[in-house]
Amino acid sequence: MKTDIAFGQYCEGDSILHRLDPRAKILLAVLYIVVIFMAKSATAFGLLLLFSIGLVLVSGIPVRIVLNSMKPLTFIIVFTAIINIFWMTGDTLLFQLGFVKVYLEGIINALLLVLRIMLLLICTSMFLTYTTTPISLTDGLEQLLSPLKKLHVPVHEFSMMMTIALRFIPTLIEETEKIMNAQKARGADFSQGSIVRRAKALIPILVPLFVSAFRRADELATAMECRCYTGGEGRTRMNVLKYKGSDLLAIGAVVLLGAAVVLLNLYLPGYSLTL
Amino acid sequence: MTVAGVELKNVTYIYNKGTPYEAKALDNISLQIPGTRITGLIGHTGSGKSTMMQLINGLLKPTSGEVCIDGRNIWDEPKKIREIRFKAGLVMQYPEHQLFAETVEEDIAYGPKNMGLSGEELHKRILDAAAFSGLDPALLPKSPFELSGGQKRRVALAGVIAMKPQILILDEPAAGLDPGGRREILGGVKRYARESGTNVIIVSHSMEDMALYCDDLAVMSAGKILMYDTCAAVFSRAEEMLAVGLDVPQVTGVAFALAKHGVDIGKDVYTVDWAADKLAEFGKTIRTEDKINI
Repeated sequence: MKTDIAFGQYCEGDSILHRLDPRAKILLAVLYIVVIFMAKSATAFGLLLLFSIGLVLVSGIPVRIVLNSMKPLTFIIVFTAIINIFWMTGDTLLFQLGFVKVYLEGIINALLLVLRIMLLLICTSMFLTYTTTPISLTDGLEQLLSPLKKLHVPVHEFSMMMTIALRFIPTLIEETEKIMNAQKARGADFSQGSIVRRAKALIPILVPLFVSAFRRADELATAMECRCYTGGEGRTRMNVLKYKGSDLLAIGAVVLLGAAVVLLNLYLPGYSLTL
Repeated sequence: MTVAGVELKNVTYIYNKGTPYEAKALDNISLQIPGTRITGLIGHTGSGKSTMMQLINGLLKPTSGEVCIDGRNIWDEPKKIREIRFKAGLVMQYPEHQLFAETVEEDIAYGPKNMGLSGEELHKRILDAAAFSGLDPALLPKSPFELSGGQKRRVALAGVIAMKPQILILDEPAAGLDPGGRREILGGVKRYARESGTNVIIVSHSMEDMALYCDDLAVMSAGKILMYDTCAAVFSRAEEMLAVGLDVPQVTGVAFALAKHGVDIGKDVYTVDWAADKLAEFGKTIRTEDKINI
C-alpha cells in the first residue's frame, strides 16, 4: 500500500475546479499550456504565477501535496537551470570564474524556464489529474474526440484502453511490491553488483509481473464479455456530460489571461525570456 | 540443525508513518515462539498477521521494539538482513505467482543460489526440497508455467524449503486448493517440520486445518495478541473466538452444543477422532434407561 506517488493522483474534493466539466478542463489545460508558452516577459510570468497560485488555493488541495508532486522533476529543473546559467551568453556579464562566464540574461532565462516547467506541472495537475477522476477524464476525452469517429478512428476503444490502463496502475504497483518482497524473501538483492547484475536481478520480478498482467487482462476480457461488452456502438452513458455556465466562464477567463499575457509581453517586455 | 526460537519484544509497526495514510498494524506486541512446535497464527483480515510474518523475516523493520531470532535482534546488523531471510524462510500467499524461471529446477534453485550454493550441494537440496513438498522429480526439467495450480504451489514451497530455513513461515499455504491438495501440502509441511526440526509458523483462516496441523495457536485481533496457547486451550475459549469474528472447528462447535444439552465431552475437543473417542467414553458411562435431554 504505497501512497507516495503524488503526481497523477486524484485528490478528493468539492471545489469549483472539481465540478467543472471534464471536457472543459481538458480544453482549459490545453489553452493554459498555450498561454504559458506565449509568456515571454517577467511580468507575464508573474501574472501566470499568481493565477496558478490562485488555482491551487481554489482547488483546496493542500499546498504540500502540490509541492511534493514536483519532486520527481527536481533533476530536470536543476539541469535546465544549470545549463542556462552557465551556457547562456548575453550583454551583461555578472562575474567570471576561469572560463565560465555568468551573464544576467542566463540567470533570468534559467529562472523563467524553471518557472515555466513548474507552471506546466501545476496547470496539468490542477485542471486534470488532481481534480478529475481518471474515469471522467477519459469520458471527457472520448467525447471531445468523438468527431473523429466519422473518420473511423476507434475513439471509444482508445478511451476504454486508457481507462483500463489508468485503473490498473495502482494494482500493478501493489503486485510489483508483492513480488519484490517474495523474491527478497528468497534472497534477491536489487541494490548490489554491476549494472548487468542488477538488470539480471530484475528478471525474477519482471517475468511474474508480465505473467500476472496477462492473466489479469484475460480475466478482465472474460468478465467484460460476460457483461455483453461489444464496444462503443450504440452504447449509452450513465453520466451524460453537460456544459454549464461555469465552464464557459472558466474558458473565457483563460482566454482573457492569454490576451493579458500578450499585452504584457508587448508593453512591459523587461527581463524577457530569450531563446 | 539447531532449532531457532522467535521472540518479539514490544513490537509496534505503523504503515506510512508521518503521512495522512498512517495506520497502526501491530500494537506493542510481545510474543515468544519456541522452536520445536508448529504455531498457527489466526485472526481476521487486517489483524496484523501478514505484517507480523514480514517482520519476523526482516522484510519490514519494526517502528519500535525488537524482533529476535535465537536471542539476537535481527536489526543489529542491517547489512546482514539477507542472512536473516535465509534463516527465516517466508512463503507468501499464492506463492505460485512468483515463479519465473524456465524450468522447475531453476526456480527452486533461485533461493539456494542466492545463498551462494552450487554444484552437488545445490542439486541435493533441490531434490530434497522437491521430495518434501511432494513434487515428482520428473517435473524438474519442465516449465513451471505448464504445471497445475497445486503443483505450482509445491514448486514455490520447494523454492523456500531448499534454502533449509530454520524457521519456515507460511502465509495461507493451502488457500485456493481442493481438499486433497490442502491435505498434501499441509501434511507435507507437518512431516517436514517434524523430520527436519524446523520451527514452522502457519497463517490460515481454516480452523479445521489449524486444528489438524498445529500444536499452538496465536490469535490476533486489531494488532494485538489476544491468546497464545495450545490448540485445545485456545479452542476451548470458543465464545471469545466468536466475539472477535473468528470461528472454531466445526467439531468444537458440536461439542459446545452437546454440552448445553448435558452431554459434556469437554470443551477442548477439536479433532473428529478425539470427539469420537470422547463420545464413546461418554456412551459407556450412561445406561440405556437414562434419558438424555436432547
